[in-house]
Amino acid sequence: MFEVFTRFADWLAFDVLSLAPATKTGDAVHFFIEDVSKIYVLLVVMIYVIALLRASLNVERVRNYLAGKNRAAGYVLGSGFGAITPFCSCSSIPVFLGFTSAGIPVGITMSFLLTSPLINEVAVLLLMSLLGWKFTVLYIIVGMTVGILGGAFLDAIKAERWLQSFAQKALAAGQNTQLPDQQEVEKLSMAERHRFAKDETLEIFGRVWKWVIIGVGLGAALHGFVPDGWIEQYLGDGQWWTVPAAVVLGIPLYSNATGVIPVMESLIQNGLPIGTTLAFCMSTVAASFPEFILLKQVMQWRLLATVFVMLLLSFTLVGWLFNGFSSFL
Amino acid sequence: MKQVKVLGSGCTKCQKTAELIERIAADQGVEVSVTKETDARVFLQYGVMSTPAVVIDEQLKHSGSIPHTDQVKAWLV
Repeated sequence: MFEVFTRFADWLAFDVLSLAPATKTGDAVHFFIEDVSKIYVLLVVMIYVIALLRASLNVERVRNYLAGKNRAAGYVLGSGFGAITPFCSCSSIPVFLGFTSAGIPVGITMSFLLTSPLINEVAVLLLMSLLGWKFTVLYIIVGMTVGILGGAFLDAIKAERWLQSFAQKALAAGQNTQLPDQQEVEKLSMAERHRFAKDETLEIFGRVWKWVIIGVGLGAALHGFVPDGWIEQYLGDGQWWTVPAAVVLGIPLYSNATGVIPVMESLIQNGLPIGTTLAFCMSTVAASFPEFILLKQVMQWRLLATVFVMLLLSFTLVGWLFNGFSSFL
Repeated sequence: MKQVKVLGSGCTKCQKTAELIERIAADQGVEVSVTKETDARVFLQYGVMSTPAVVIDEQLKHSGSIPHTDQVKAWLV
């Protein structure tokens, strides 16, 4: 299915630019053209299709659905909805408050909010096209597991103690009142769905296109110029410290998942272990300082720090686990 | 004069929303005062769950995205 991009790259790199195949430069340019064209087409088509399908799903509907669910189901559903509901990360606070004031436990709300950035359409599409469906499925399962267990853990330690006082009051008030009658769900016409999908596609593509170029460019450079075996020797799975290092390195790279995933493709092909890659990917996508600082409005420092440390530890564990398992696979 | 509040945590989308409303109001010759609200308590007060949201004369008009030009025009009439 993706062969057309290989042929396009053959034509552009070897015929039009008349580079010689099987040279370092020819190889790197070919890799660059193939990946950039593939990612662009995939992003535009798939973001549009996904947005079309989920245009009528919004956080208000998710809240009404989650309110009053029992805990165990709540974590799983919260995480599941977090994966598929479209919402801008800058809406984290209003979403948190909206859920909380409907009496939804903090843990379930956090299952939603933790999973949401981890499993987003851009990251999933890139993983799928560059690292294949097996890695992608693994990534989604692990991402949801982190969200579900993270939420359950926060409830277990009674995280609501460490909310800001007005958020605590909203939660208490929400638990004692019934939600107002569920609003009529508005039916979206096809034209409205198209408008939503077009806006989403333009917005997301406009934000990420340059990171694709940067990421694939770096990946191509690595691909062509890092000596074979170097990564395996120095960053292979015998080196336990590479996983926490990858997690820490991922934090400042936030929001550039688009740029980081093509680099990872190249690293994996050069022998970086799967667990290290997975940990790096999750940390890049989900652990963001700016966003955590925003949550300060609703959480006390203690809770913020707990959530952040919890995320970093779980990504590290995921990395070690998969590095350990990969030798058995 | 219409009192317009743009609710949001200060991301670019909220900036753009505020600018859009000011521009269209100027085009239509409507007097508006646009303020940006970033306080979480205000979100709670209007029951807003996705930002940017637009409140005009204390009425919630829109939430979750940058509004379209024709929507803004209709609100300002």
